[in-house]
Amino acid sequence: MLRLLHLSKVFNRGTVNEKVALDDLSLELKDGDFATIVGSNGAGKSTMFNAIAGSFFVDRGMIELDGQDITFIPEHVRSRFIGRLFQDPLMGTAPHMTIEENLAVAYLRASTRRHDVFSRVTKKEKGLFREQLALLHMGLEDRMKNPVGLLSGGQRQALTLLMATVVTPKLLLLDEHTAALDPATAEKVLDLTKKIVKERNITCLMVTHNMSQALELGNRTLMMSGGRVVFSAEGEEREGMTVDDLLEKFTQGSGSALDNDRILLSTEQGI
Amino acid sequence: MNFLTPQIVQTALEVGLIYGLVALSLFISFSILDICDLSTDGCYTLGCAVGAVVTIAGHPVLALFASVAAGICSGYVTALLQTKFGVQSILAGIIVNTGLYTINLAVMGFSSNLPIFGTDTVFTLVKGISKAAWWQEWSSLVFLALLLMLIVLFIKWFLGTRLGLSIRATGDSPAMVRASSINPQFTVTVGLCFANAMTGLAGSLIGQYNKTSDINLGTGMVTIALASLIIGETISRKSGNMLWRISCVILGSCLYRFIISIALRLKVPTEAFKLVSAVIVAIACAAPAAKDQIALQRKKAAAMREHRKMSEEEAK
Repeated sequence: MLRLLHLSKVFNRGTVNEKVALDDLSLELKDGDFATIVGSNGAGKSTMFNAIAGSFFVDRGMIELDGQDITFIPEHVRSRFIGRLFQDPLMGTAPHMTIEENLAVAYLRASTRRHDVFSRVTKKEKGLFREQLALLHMGLEDRMKNPVGLLSGGQRQALTLLMATVVTPKLLLLDEHTAALDPATAEKVLDLTKKIVKERNITCLMVTHNMSQALELGNRTLMMSGGRVVFSAEGEEREGMTVDDLLEKFTQGSGSALDNDRILLSTEQGI
Repeated sequence: MNFLTPQIVQTALEVGLIYGLVALSLFISFSILDICDLSTDGCYTLGCAVGAVVTIAGHPVLALFASVAAGICSGYVTALLQTKFGVQSILAGIIVNTGLYTINLAVMGFSSNLPIFGTDTVFTLVKGISKAAWWQEWSSLVFLALLLMLIVLFIKWFLGTRLGLSIRATGDSPAMVRASSINPQFTVTVGLCFANAMTGLAGSLIGQYNKTSDINLGTGMVTIALASLIIGETISRKSGNMLWRISCVILGSCLYRFIISIALRLKVPTEAFKLVSAVIVAIACAAPAAKDQIALQRKKAAAMREHRKMSEEEAK
């Protein structure tokens, strides 16, 4: 499904700020895989997501999605089949546009004919949006004419999730998308994510700093350090793992003890 | 008693409607796309110059379309510089504006002004429709009002289409646009071409209205249009439905012309007009913040009184 082959990316090459963000990274995901990714700050998790989404082109290596070489396909073309959620709930939506208009923009991915640009959102599509919003159980279906800026962070993130999946993507990238939400809302958004991903069998990559979450969710756990995937567990090996095992791997993999309070603090059960 | 004669009101409305087009142009580029397009001055003159040349050649209606086309070209160059070549938007506008000065001169045959006489303009054509006395007097205003109404309705329709929504999203949330299938380079280009088309049209209309084209016509236009836009956005409070917001921009432009007319009646020297404009813009921009400040001071004063009472009661 998704194949990353020998990806390399260096930022600020040749300056004192040179940073090897991706270092010969290779990764393969099967259709329907749901992989969680852990790693300390600067491990290259977000850079990998940016490379997959096309925010920049990689220096070396190949990105293949669903059998198609997308290495040099521009970001806005890739986003037709790659859905993406950021940590900041404010990033995924346009605050001064209404819920309906936001969904309509997201739904643009469904249109294939070029002359569609001058068409308006149809009654049928509005009905579809309403139906989908109702699934969130947040009462948003009755506020479709409200600007998104009036919604809470959790509501906006749930809406962003809906926008990313209103047209089923081949690949969903979740970059700590529940980290900025309060525990109850985070759980709700996470449940929604699980439900949508499972129902539509979407291949999914999710960055998390929560070790128990990393083991519970999905069918694979990846660990990144220094711009490469240093550890990958799936199947039986993953089932038998505990948070402590993962932490130990983390220490081995990164060659240093955990220095990230957030990871240590979030190893407790729950969120 | 005759402070504002009907004649003055009429002229203010007519010019206000024409300037309203430039304000609408900035509404698209500044409010919707969040781009400060400083090529407005040059593009306005370009529209006027192109319009004047075509009008003198005997085609006043064609002149309007020619100016729209010229505006689109100008907008395209500005957009090209900032999307494909990564020039900062403000700088792109300044570069195009500078280049347009020479182009405008060239269009006018390297003379700094070009009078339009001995030929019809759209205004004389409209005036000729009927011989009725009221029509003779009000035809220009009716024509401009109808034209503006059409354009406002068009903008309202356009912003509701998928392309229009994409343009709005581009200005509202760059991160969201990156995550959706919109090509920001395309939407910025379409938006700027559309905006500058209206600026060009305004230039063409003002040229035919004043029966002259001048190389310095557009100087300071961006400030005037911005003033109108901000007055309009202050009235509409940037909320309510789109149609109301767009209409308020035109209302702002007419209001601005009224303020200028009043300044004129108060015998403010013409040399001071740019300063008056700048002051109006500053006041319009500062008004919402000043209002908040006053409200806060009032609240503070009230709270202080209450706190004093509270502590006195506590002391007893």
